[in-house]
Amino acid sequence: MDQCAKQHAIRAENLTKRYGTARSGEVTAVDGVSFTVAAGSVTGLLGGNGAGKTTTISMLLGLLLPTSGTVEVLGVDMVRHRHAALPRMNFSSPYVELPHRLTVRENLTVYGHLYGLKGVKRRVEELAEHLELTRFLERPSGGLSAGQKTRVALAKALLNRPELLLLDEPTASLDPDTADWIRTYLERYRLESGATILLASHNMLEVERMCDDVLMMRQGRIVDRGSPSGLLARYGRTSLEEVFLDIARDRAGAENANREAADAAE
Amino acid sequence: MPPSDAAVPVYANPAFSPRRVGAMVLRYWYLLRGSWPRFLELAYWPTMQMILWGYINQFMASSSAWVAQGAGVLVSAVLLWDVLFRGQLGVSVSFLEEMWSRNLGHLFVSPLRPVEWVTALFGMSLIRTVIGVVPAALLAIPLFGYSLFDLGLPLAGFFANLIVFGWSLGLVIVALILRYGMGAEGLAWIVVFMLAPVSAVYYPVSVLPGWLQWIALSLPSAHIFEGMRAVLFDGTMRWDHLAWAVALNALFMGLCSAAFLYSFHQARVRGALLQTGE
Repeated sequence: MDQCAKQHAIRAENLTKRYGTARSGEVTAVDGVSFTVAAGSVTGLLGGNGAGKTTTISMLLGLLLPTSGTVEVLGVDMVRHRHAALPRMNFSSPYVELPHRLTVRENLTVYGHLYGLKGVKRRVEELAEHLELTRFLERPSGGLSAGQKTRVALAKALLNRPELLLLDEPTASLDPDTADWIRTYLERYRLESGATILLASHNMLEVERMCDDVLMMRQGRIVDRGSPSGLLARYGRTSLEEVFLDIARDRAGAENANREAADAAE
Repeated sequence: MPPSDAAVPVYANPAFSPRRVGAMVLRYWYLLRGSWPRFLELAYWPTMQMILWGYINQFMASSSAWVAQGAGVLVSAVLLWDVLFRGQLGVSVSFLEEMWSRNLGHLFVSPLRPVEWVTALFGMSLIRTVIGVVPAALLAIPLFGYSLFDLGLPLAGFFANLIVFGWSLGLVIVALILRYGMGAEGLAWIVVFMLAPVSAVYYPVSVLPGWLQWIALSLPSAHIFEGMRAVLFDGTMRWDHLAWAVALNALFMGLCSAAFLYSFHQARVRGALLQTGE
């Protein structure tokens, strides 16, 4: 692995995704995006609905082929050689559920074997214990509550102890207590494993709490990036939600606020 | 309790992993064993078909010289036809299980490769076919005094060719569903019946009009049913028909695999792997 790959878990260059054809009408979901994600960081990917977050994550996972541009994950070209990176990464989304009719143990066992784990049974039981799922192991995944399903999805995402974890709204539709539990767990995982986490979220408090770096997307482009505190200072706002609204609504106020913040600093 | 910081030991990541194939077979097996109605359904239709055609066979044997010459010809035909049908359905339904559960996104961000998945679909199809057809074949022995296994060694060749042809059809259906979405789901249950008239299941190819005979003989299934009748009526093994079936199967499998791989690639272009579902 070269030095660059060690520094950056993700490197995207001019990443573009267009759907449709010129005849049927083309839609540009991601428009020439370039960014890097530092190894070991927690990076937030923010943007309104349709901003291009899920499309970007799909390309990072190799599930979706870019129209143009390159994407490297853990030093691997995801368009051509994604199978070299996939055993070292994982993904969780509340919108991509595990098979409902299989029990939690069956689902985790299948994925444990898919990731080539040795001692799958032991690993499943270890994760079930950590994620407080032991008493649900023999229950069908479809019969669990939203919070339990999220923990099962997280267990699946951590089976292979990934170096890179891609999370699409990991606490969506969870009550505050469960959501806080998940965030704490992820923070511990990151601290103890040194893993990189890319987090797409609409929960600004979650992003402020967890992320070292934030990528702001609008209409398929990255329109700003920085640490949560850096963004607050630059936009002259007191919460990331206000910054998000400034960017999502393309407010002139965003520029004014930015200028005022610069003046005040002088 | 914090997560363990011990490294997770893993096996090597080969280009083709029997372990991952086994994991997918296990996934479909878990689904099957978790529902006895599904299990029962697998054997139900072949058994009902066998009973129906068994009585027709008995009646025809007393009123048709042709049927009378080949003991159990219609029972053999319906059981072997079910090998083809169940072979195709085994691939298509296992694939549809992933679509219904919206699981493709998880599967293809794991190290699973398309060829391993397809191998697992074939493996599960074989298991489902055996569960479906063998009980019906065994039941035919006490009910009608006819054993499909009396076909002897040729039966293995007939079975293998029919199930492989079923897999090819299953792959095309998977490719079409990947391309057109769940709107094409119904194809899984109807496509094989388009081939029934030209597969010459219950009658010889010679019954068909000349132009249709060419179409029939371009299908592996017609050669297999002709071969089956040669064994039952003449007690001879028609190696020429078997050779044609093998060659045509190789051709169909090549074409259908290419169609599947193209469709899978296009699904990655369109983002269908993450979005497809009910």
